[in-house]
Amino acid sequence: MLAKRIIPCLDVKDGKTVKGVQFVNFRDAGDPVELGKQYSELGADELVYLDITASHEGRKTFTELVQRIAAEVSIPFTVGGGIHELSDVERLLAAGADKVSINSSAIRRPELISEIAARFGVQECVCAIDARLEDDGQWRCYLNGGRIPTERTLFEWAHEAQERGAGEILFTSMNHDGSKQGFAIDALRRLHEELSIPVIASGGAGTKQHFLDVFQQAHVDAALAASVFHFNEIPMAELKQFLADEGVVVRQTCK
Amino acid sequence: MVAIVKYNAGNIYSVFCACKRLGYEPVITDDPELLRSADKVIFPGVGEARAAMEYLNATGLADVIRSLKQPVLGICIGMQLMCRHSEEGDVDCLGIFDAPVERFRPTSAVDKVPQMGWNTVSANGASDKNCLFEGVADGAYVYYVHSYRVPVCADTIATTDYCGEYSAALHKGNFYATQFHPEKSGSVGEQILKNFLAL
Repeated sequence: MLAKRIIPCLDVKDGKTVKGVQFVNFRDAGDPVELGKQYSELGADELVYLDITASHEGRKTFTELVQRIAAEVSIPFTVGGGIHELSDVERLLAAGADKVSINSSAIRRPELISEIAARFGVQECVCAIDARLEDDGQWRCYLNGGRIPTERTLFEWAHEAQERGAGEILFTSMNHDGSKQGFAIDALRRLHEELSIPVIASGGAGTKQHFLDVFQQAHVDAALAASVFHFNEIPMAELKQFLADEGVVVRQTCK
Repeated sequence: MVAIVKYNAGNIYSVFCACKRLGYEPVITDDPELLRSADKVIFPGVGEARAAMEYLNATGLADVIRSLKQPVLGICIGMQLMCRHSEEGDVDCLGIFDAPVERFRPTSAVDKVPQMGWNTVSANGASDKNCLFEGVADGAYVYYVHSYRVPVCADTIATTDYCGEYSAALHKGNFYATQFHPEKSGSVGEQILKNFLAL
């Protein structure tokens, strides 16, 4: 059976990981390549690297970093941040990334998803959506890391992204992100039920139980988190064992 | 020398990197002479079947690949292109393996297409475990990304299950193929690549 995926997310600025990482005996927690290798060995199923650098120079650094990750990490990785046009996608895939994640640029110009799917295939494009549950009961989509509200809402936008050729939907609930109170189960379940492509849950992971809940109740294909892994609050192997004991199909690496 | 077939499909650099991690110095090439003289040829890729076949036919690479005598490993779309015909773009393929390529037919809303992620591979169903899977535990996890699949056929040497059982790997003469990506499958994938490169 296809295993549920656990995906650590790493923010990268000027070629270094941003959020602090507190692994024991870890040589260089600031090096995204070393960190990726470490996660791979610990049993992560996939990695997401988000480039939060704004400058043009930073983009070049990030591309070089992607080449180093491809050279040394033997599990799939997705890259996102600063992807505006097809040439950005081409550059990152040529550097060895397995998938690209697009967010604001897809909402601004949805054709970008169609272009990526036509040129590289549907499996290459992850459509990331940041949305907030507003007082009117609507999940409103936001741009630029949650700073700019849009007219788009989560479910209709996710459907359009699927129709245009996105291979996966990575949904981050802004209400839950950083709260460590669990994932947005109801919205994620609805996405899973309505879409025919895989759904990745993001935002709210605080305990192992939260991962179990999102897999058992929302039936998502993958769950993504950052700080609980970076600060080793939830050790990867322990999480996998817990999920397996609870009957979730996960890939366990024999170490 | 290990040659990696250069054509209009992505993901070639990952295979190059995986071979390098195993201590080989692969060459990415579309030169027929280099491909014919290589010790091993890897035919990788992520792409669309019709566009890929049109390119292979137009460049003459289709005939070159068919006529190779050394061990050849097709990966993902590479494996599918080595089959008889693909539903993706309704296109005739290389015909090395006498099997069709069909789209996944989900039996419930639980089954998403593409299949994306880690699924098991079982090489013990075959009467004789193929050398490609030497040292690989039955039911080990490997990484798959695909919307089309090859049914179980005479050349199947390993299977997996997603919307029913299908071919995870094929073998016929000097031609080997995996639906999964060994170059992205951690230590299990490295073992399989290592087995191929040691043939």
